[in-house]
Amino acid sequence: MMVLVVGAGRVGAAVAKSALAEGHTVSVLDEDPLSHERLDAGQPTSWEDAGGRFTVGTAIELDALLAAGIEEADIFIAATRGDNTNILVAQIAQKRFGVEDVIVRVLDPARSDWYSEQGLNTICAVKLGVALFESAIDRIARR
Amino acid sequence: MYVIVVGGGKVGLNLGRELIRSGQEVTLIEQERRTYLRIEQELEHSVQYGDGTELWVLERAGIQRADLVVAVTGDDEDNILICQVAKDKYLCQRIIARCNNPRNLQHFKLLDIQPAVSATDLILNLIEHEVPGHGIVHLLDLPDDKLEIIEVEVAKNAPAAGRKVSALGLPEGSLVISVLPPGRTGFVPKPDTTIEAGSEVLVVLDPGLEPQIMAQFSPDRPTA
Repeated sequence: MMVLVVGAGRVGAAVAKSALAEGHTVSVLDEDPLSHERLDAGQPTSWEDAGGRFTVGTAIELDALLAAGIEEADIFIAATRGDNTNILVAQIAQKRFGVEDVIVRVLDPARSDWYSEQGLNTICAVKLGVALFESAIDRIARR
Repeated sequence: MYVIVVGGGKVGLNLGRELIRSGQEVTLIEQERRTYLRIEQELEHSVQYGDGTELWVLERAGIQRADLVVAVTGDDEDNILICQVAKDKYLCQRIIARCNNPRNLQHFKLLDIQPAVSATDLILNLIEHEVPGHGIVHLLDLPDDKLEIIEVEVAKNAPAAGRKVSALGLPEGSLVISVLPPGRTGFVPKPDTTIEAGSEVLVVLDPGLEPQIMAQFSPDRPTA
């Protein structure tokens, strides 16, 4: 599978690395050239030597998406730090480029829910985090 | 009419001010605290503090009863998403979006966020209009209605030069609606009006007819 990850922050870089380790073809797009360091960190070889691709560019620029290989992508992951960028670029991947599987990181729980009703595969770390805190409190209270 | 304006920058503030002056009910939403505090001194209860892309902020502003939502922040992503939820989630009848970077206009189109207003494009069009001899100028494009109005200067060697309007070889689906002779005011032509070289003509046409129109009025120029 060809996996395109937009946003090489903590989440994006970690997902890209594990996808590469699983044997997928992985391309990463980020506007900050320094974000590449996160892909190399803790690895025996550089990201490129390990077989990864890295493109510097802005997520919502079509040229950048094309350079990063969106036309060959089977899975598109929008994981920049901006909810709005993620939601927009995910819809571009889905509607303009016809990428079958699009996964979007959305921090805002309310819009994560609504856009998932609209057909986006959203992942909301805030909602997951809140649920973990709730069950932790619950466990302590029952002790 | 109840109008929600998202973004309290220069565009949003002036827009809000003018709408209030013309008697409309307005809520302006601004997310930057210092900007909000400054605007609030003038607009008082008509401005609310918050991120206008978040649903609860829009709901607090009463988006359910808004007749018009105008998204004029400095971020195109934000403007697109504000209008998308206004239209698709809150079923707001009318939206207007600001497009900051004309290269993003295609994203507004892709997600059917219309109308999208790009100040850069407006100014570019004006420059095109002011630069002499630029050939064809698009004055109005209504793709949904399959209608365009263009302005073109009649070249000396053009087939149309010196001909009567009724004798022009224009394709079906096009019409000369105005003639602007050099140095004189424009007028609506009659069938027996003669088109002089050097005049500018306004033509209403179906999209795609430009090459045929240009062949009549300005045969040497590309239609780009």
